[in-house]
Amino acid sequence: MSEDKELLKDGKRIDGRAKDELRDMEAEAGILKRADGSGYFRMGGTEVIASVFGPRELHPKHKQKPQRGIIQCRYNLAPFSVDDRKRPGPSRRGKEIGKVAEGALSSIVFLEEFPTATIDVYMEVISADAGTRCVALNAGAIALADAGIPMKGLISSCAAGKIEDTPVLDLKGEEDKDGQVDLPIAMNIETGEITLLQMDGMTDIDEMDKMLDLAIDGCEKVAEKQREALMETFGDKK
Amino acid sequence: MGKKLVEDKSNVLPGDVIAEGDILSGRGTYKENGKVKSKVLGVARTKKNRMRVIPLSGGYIPQEGDNVIGKISGIGPSHWWVELDSPYDGYLSLAEGSDEFIDLDETELSDVYDIGDMIYTEVIKVTSEKDVKLSMQDRICKKLTGGRIIRISPSKVPRLIGKGGSMVEMIKDRTDSRIIIGQNGIVWVNGGDEDLAVEAVKTVDERGHERGLTDKVEKILDKR
Amino acid sequence: MMEITEIEEEAALDNIKSGERIDDRDLKEFRDIEVVTGVAKKAEGSAKVVLGDTKVIVGVKFGLGEPFPDTPDEGMLMVNAELGPMASPDFESGPPGKDATELARVIDRGLRECEAIPLEELCIEEGEKVWKVMVDIHVLDHDGNLMDASALGAIKALKEAEMPGYEDGEVLRDEGEDFEVLKTPIACTIGKVDDKYIVDPGLVEEEVVDGMVTVTWTEEELCSLQKRGNGGFQKEELLEIFELAKEKSSELRKFI
Repeated sequence: MSEDKELLKDGKRIDGRAKDELRDMEAEAGILKRADGSGYFRMGGTEVIASVFGPRELHPKHKQKPQRGIIQCRYNLAPFSVDDRKRPGPSRRGKEIGKVAEGALSSIVFLEEFPTATIDVYMEVISADAGTRCVALNAGAIALADAGIPMKGLISSCAAGKIEDTPVLDLKGEEDKDGQVDLPIAMNIETGEITLLQMDGMTDIDEMDKMLDLAIDGCEKVAEKQREALMETFGDKK
Repeated sequence: MGKKLVEDKSNVLPGDVIAEGDILSGRGTYKENGKVKSKVLGVARTKKNRMRVIPLSGGYIPQEGDNVIGKISGIGPSHWWVELDSPYDGYLSLAEGSDEFIDLDETELSDVYDIGDMIYTEVIKVTSEKDVKLSMQDRICKKLTGGRIIRISPSKVPRLIGKGGSMVEMIKDRTDSRIIIGQNGIVWVNGGDEDLAVEAVKTVDERGHERGLTDKVEKILDKR
Repeated sequence: MMEITEIEEEAALDNIKSGERIDDRDLKEFRDIEVVTGVAKKAEGSAKVVLGDTKVIVGVKFGLGEPFPDTPDEGMLMVNAELGPMASPDFESGPPGKDATELARVIDRGLRECEAIPLEELCIEEGEKVWKVMVDIHVLDHDGNLMDASALGAIKALKEAEMPGYEDGEVLRDEGEDFEVLKTPIACTIGKVDDKYIVDPGLVEEEVVDGMVTVTWTEEELCSLQKRGNGGFQKEELLEIFELAKEKSSELRKFI
């Protein structure tokens, strides 16, 4: 943690947000033609486009599950999405996020309706300014719904964290770099079920309790945005 | 007694509660803790004591009794594989391949249906593991030659057929085209004013969820 | 070898639901644990962890390298995991897949977040030359819960490690001094089935649980979390899991 920068001043953050305030958001569904479903989500300076293909046949065959389908996620940072160009192709970080994203989305999809098949979710980060996995999941959930995939509900995601010993919602840029804790979660707001949970930093149970509450409130606001975007698709397809 | 929580034809999202209590959960919905919820993005329909949601989009999952249009994608010793634009390919056995007897001493399977051929066929069995068995025994099943193939969203097939076949009959009537619709969203158009018929079919696909669809299609057909 | 059968999965699930385990353990009981050090002679530190039938070897090597541009005065910690074909019929050769990558990264974060390794003391020449601490996790036999076994092996191997000497750009492997490790992060994975929690899920159990969380505690603080697999948790369940993991991790801490 750096001492020279002040991340919190008079209860406001470097970009003027309150502790429990998300960055501004934008969402859209059905933005790509060839994909079976697609979605866009922006949170502050982080933007992700997601596409869904399937359910379709799963190769190689040995990965097929006889009783249910699977979800495969690819999370990728576009080379131009970060300050120093990123070498194309999946990184270790990207692989891990792909895996936890699969875990986050699988529990809401009626996978038993598609034995042996796969639903592929591709999440491309176009612009990265912290919270990319959350924004990716928000776009991915929109894309799944847009693809007509039967689901129990939506998955909404955002992160809480800790800066200067204070729990805050949705860390950005410098806050993320110099923050003490990063706690991304994803959940279905109807059931309260948390399907993605990661945390790095030093904390304790009381603080986790507070940060989880912040993140859960944040997810509710994300869900509203996702809902608006999906509702627009009814009038959009002219 | 159950209670419906949304109006007929409301737009709903996955997870939206559309009814509660003693109401049946139909296609496109699921029941959880006494509540009927939508499982797809679509339009809720209420009918007597049952809720359904008609999906706005989505792929095709084969069901017994469906008539579909498929493409021959492989030939085995005594069967064909048929691609259905679905995660599950269809299996057409020699015995189900024709209503006439095929003598393998005299004919090659590829003489009957070759790779790439399009067929209008019936799904006669789907196992729990989604093995899909097809048949050409029904008289309406046949190989499709010539004409045009259009892919529409399988969720729009009911709109293209229309009430009692009214929509497709209108298009056929006004274009003199022959039209065969697969439940898997593959449509075959042949003869007459093909271009106009294709345009009408595409309109149903793109605007199928909007009100006043028939008027819009009629307007296109008036161009002739 | 055949994949896990449905019969095995159902048995594992039924057992947990009725408060038992397929291998006759209590829900909150680890399998037998054995930790042996000095198993790789060439490594500066190494440990083998046997957790039931799961076996992993962790080796620590020191090397020299150029520091990352954003941390010019810090040494580097690198954690890598190999799920080689010997450990399971399901593993294939080739670059690390998603499972191996997740394993390595969760353990990396457990060590990094609590600053177990004083990286700033591993700087030789700012911006030019620093020590690289390379932790390699080698899975020999995968019978479930690689996460806890590997994390235990990693911290044990680091604590056992001797740091080589340095002179004029050369690593002197014959000269060694104790390597300082400041914290002892311990990973503990808790699985959930309905309202039941299990500790140390075995291979089949990992397949059938509703979900798992790997919780990493130092002596006092929670330093890393990773929800794994499908399924989800209510917030209250998570708080219980953190508490349970803290309690159970003290049993693993005895092996350090």
